This record gives sequence, C-alpha cells and structure tokens, in this order.
Amino acid sequence: MARPVQTPAEVLGIEPAGAYHRLLLRAPGVAEAVLPGHFVTLAIGGRDSATPLRRAFSVHRADPVADTIELVFAEHGRGTRALARHRPGDTVDLVGPLGTPFPVADAPETAVLVAGGYGSAPMFSLAEAILARGGRVGFVLGAATADRLFGVAAARALTPHVAVVTDDGSYGARGRATDPLAAMIRAVGATVVHSCGPMPMLRAVTDVAVAAGARSHTAVEEAMACGFGVCMSCVLPVAGADGATRLVRSCTEGPVFDGTTVRWPEASPPEPSPSVEPREVREVREVWEVREVREGVRS
Amino acid sequence: MTALEPADVDMSAPLGESVTLPNPVGTASGCAGYGRELAAFVPPAELGVLTTKTVMVRPRQGRPTPRMAETPSGMLNSVGLQGAGVDHLVTRELPWLAERGARVLVSVAGERPEEFAEAAARLTGRPGVVGVEVNISCPNVADRGLVFAADPGAAHEVVAAVRAATDPALPVYAKLTPDVTSIVDVAVACVEAGADGLSMINTLLGATMDLDTLRPALAGVTGGLSGPAVRPVAVRCVHQVYAAMRDGRLRTVPILGMGGITSGADALEFALAGASGVAVGTAIFTNPSAPLDVLRELRQALAERGFASFRDAVGYAHR
Repeated sequence: MARPVQTPAEVLGIEPAGAYHRLLLRAPGVAEAVLPGHFVTLAIGGRDSATPLRRAFSVHRADPVADTIELVFAEHGRGTRALARHRPGDTVDLVGPLGTPFPVADAPETAVLVAGGYGSAPMFSLAEAILARGGRVGFVLGAATADRLFGVAAARALTPHVAVVTDDGSYGARGRATDPLAAMIRAVGATVVHSCGPMPMLRAVTDVAVAAGARSHTAVEEAMACGFGVCMSCVLPVAGADGATRLVRSCTEGPVFDGTTVRWPEASPPEPSPSVEPREVREVREVWEVREVREGVRS
Repeated sequence: MTALEPADVDMSAPLGESVTLPNPVGTASGCAGYGRELAAFVPPAELGVLTTKTVMVRPRQGRPTPRMAETPSGMLNSVGLQGAGVDHLVTRELPWLAERGARVLVSVAGERPEEFAEAAARLTGRPGVVGVEVNISCPNVADRGLVFAADPGAAHEVVAAVRAATDPALPVYAKLTPDVTSIVDVAVACVEAGADGLSMINTLLGATMDLDTLRPALAGVTGGLSGPAVRPVAVRCVHQVYAAMRDGRLRTVPILGMGGITSGADALEFALAGASGVAVGTAIFTNPSAPLDVLRELRQALAERGFASFRDAVGYAHR
C-alpha cells in the first residue's frame, strides 16, 4: 500500500449526483499517490466528536496537479449525514491513500468492470488506466433504481460496451448486475473482471467470471475502525498461496482481493431470518444498493 | 503556580525501578498493532512506550466478523486476541521496532498461567523490550471465566507465574478490568504477586443491537467498550487504586492510565488521579497522530499550570 498521510482537507465543492453526493476536497500530498481502488478515511465532526470512528470512501477521482480528490457517498447514517452538511471552505481531517489498489497489467488487457450503485466511483479511473495501456474495457453498472446509478454517461464516454441494469427496470434492463455479465465478458473478450459493491454481489461476480475463464478482482467491504491496519476489525477469511485460510485485513491487504481466494461463505454475514426482517430492510438487501447500510461500512 | 515554557517541563516518567521513559505517553495494547502501520504517522521512538497488541504463545484467529460497532463516544470491539504468536513477534516485529529505537511493552496472554509465563519467558534478552504487560482482562475470549482479573486469586496466580518466568530486569505490569466488584482488591493481589506496575483500564464489557438485522451487531454478541465514553470509569479506577497506595493498602507502584484519552487535558486528568504514565488507545483510530498530539498538549497543559515536571503532577489531586 502507499504510505498514507494525514492532512486537513478543504472542502472545495459538494453537489448532488442522483441519490448521492460528490465531494471535492483539496488534499495536499494525497492525490499524487492515489491509484484506482485506493480509499481514504475522513474524521466526521473532528477530534472531539461523539462519532469517533472515521468513515472510509473509495476515491472517485484524484487530480495530482490540482491536489484534489473526489469522493461519492450516500447518506446512510449519522456520519454520512454530517458529512453531507459540509460546505465549501470547511475542513475535514483526511487520511490516505489507503489500501491495495486494483492490479493493472502493464501489457494491454481486456477487462469488464462491474459495480453496484456508487461502487462504480473508482471504476472510471481504473478504466482509464487500462485504456492508457492499450487495453479494452466493458462496464456493467447496476443499482436499485435509476437515480442510484452512478456514472453511466462517464462509462459510455469511455467505451461502447456498457450494460445497465436496475432492480425495478427504471433504467436499462430489469435485473441484477450479474445477469448481463457473462455476455459482456464474451462480447469484449475479457480475461479479467474488476468489481466493487456489496459482498453478495462480489461473490456472484466471482462465480460468473471464473465460469467464463476470467480472473476476478473484487473490492470488498467490511466494517473498519482504523482503516490503516492496526485495529483488526475488518478481517476477512482469505486463502493464501499455501492454500491455508487466514483472517487478513481488508484495509491493508485489501480492499481488492482475487475473488477466488476469498472464502465467501464465511466472509458474508449470516442473512437475517425473513420472518423477523422488516419489509423495507429486506428490499434494501435484495438490491445491490446495500453499501454502508450500517454506519462505518466502507464505501 | 507560575506558568512555564512547555520546553522546560521535564517529561520523563518511570516505567519501573530500573526503567525510565523519556516521556509518559504510550499506546494502549491492541490500538497500535506491532507499530509498523502506526509508524507512517508516529515514529516509534517518539512514544514513551509502545505497547504491542497482545501476543500468545501460539497464533490465534480471533473472533468472527462483524467485530466492531460504533457507540456514543466510543466503540465496541470483539477482535478476540487475533495475533501471529510470540515467535512472530520475537523474530519479525521486535527487531524492526528495536532498529527504530522503540521502547516496547509486550502484552502477553494465555489460556492458563503457564502459557502467560511461557510467552513472557521468550522475551528475555530481546532488544527493545522494556517491560511485559500481562493481559489478564481481555473480555473477548470464549469463556468469560477466563478473565483472570475478575478474581483476585486467579490474578495473583497469573501475575506470580509471569513474574517468576520474566527477566528480572523487566518490569511486569498487570492490566486490570473495571468490570469487578473491587478493582483495589485485584490490584492488591497483583502487586502482592510481584507486579511492578498496573495498567488501567481494559475495555468494559458491552453489547449493542443492529436495528436492521434485529440481532446483536457483533458476531460475538459482546465486545469491549473503549473510547471517551469510558474515560470517567478509567479515571475513577486510577484514583481509587492510587488512593489505596497512599493509604498503605498496597505497595506504591507506577500506574499506566488509559481509557478514552484523546487530548493532553485527558492525559493530565489521569496524572492528577495518580497515573505515572498514560496510553492512547481508541483515539488512534480517530486520529492516527493522537499519541504525538497528546504528548505535545500534555506538555503545554503542565506548563500552563506551572508543573516543572510531569512527575510533580502524578497524584496531585490527592493532596
């Protein structure tokens, strides 16, 4: 991972993006080290806040010339609601870049990028990195509803191969992100699939990718306290080169893992019993838009 | 008292009779890993002491996830002593820390007194190690009955075993839980068993429910509560035990105070209550630079109040 720095970041802009917010921050010394898949953490409400844990967000854009980074987030809980109230000129304590980014081969390669909701935020810089090396990309973007899709136009600007699905059919085809995935892998001739989204989606994407003969790189989400490798909260069962499964930190060894090494059955939290689950919660879980349902879950 | 220049305040602090630290601010066990990741924000040598994540004789996987939940002004964790084992610490981590000038207090645990002692014995002669902290109070073990610090007799047995097995040059600290009827009774048992210092406090046992799943938020159901929410409990414990030392109920030994310290003012509270050193824990998650901020602010807070040395402030509230 890159060596992270801690800096007061100035809010340069915050604007709505469908159901989400785009947050532009000036973060000196951070943007230059950001690679696609890195994340940053923000302290919400300052050092004396009663909400002491930092919130983690994948980086949508990093501009090393302007020293800026751009994040996309949804309001889900106390922390993200407070973040959404920030205004230009405010400062927020930022640590980054954090985590291990998506692996990008030096040689040209063809990849399909799969994302649920604003899980697509890091995918456009990833696509640009692959294209810059002479490769090709396809996109599969999924969300619950049209306003929860992020970056459809940005994807179409990069490649003609874009499939969009929504749970309710309000934009694109009705269905899940995995539905058009196998066809997209064949259409572009992909040897690798990069994905970012909720854990059940990543597991399903890995299954489809492997069946199609492609590698699967997944950016996982686990609840984190520190984000930089000391607290051991965000561990995930992952098989090593020796075949042994270990609980490794998704903040430092991840968030991007080879999907075939993640022990998904043990990694995913148990599904709640349908008989006691309120209807609205079940609806949330049935779509891809479950990121950061719990406060503190990495975006 | 007259205000002083911060630079003129003597910040040295005793860890034990044979060990003096250049400053009293350290890290709490489990909140700094083994130092490598924190080093991006805090050079290990600048800490008074770096307390490692607890190690056991054998590697340990810990508890399932979710392991963490945010609570008002705090958090619950149920990591469960995940670690690579004492051999990994000795061969991989301690040399790295020693090269960087760290003073390391190694936190050890075990399922039986002999296992604690075995882990501590392997630290003899290792560079960088300045002491051993005996974690007799981790709440995240499978059986609450294993919390040795909940019973003075069990605490005595473990501390005595570790003291006997540990290099005599190294101070042995007992880490106490506030979840007891009388923390003074446990402190007395530990000091009588040969503890050279006391670490106060470990996390408090807590639980929280997830209103989406309608289940406990932590896979392990219960976890250890830490952060500013527990600070008054920790200051109370330090004050009680220091008062008992002044009353002659137990020998006077250094107290390493910890529990929700986020600022120099918080650290000063602990010193006034009787702590001769402090450790920053959960605040590192909020602010990775917290130990250095606390040290700078503590120096300033002492100077503003006319304390020429940190030691002068220790126990000042009992005068």
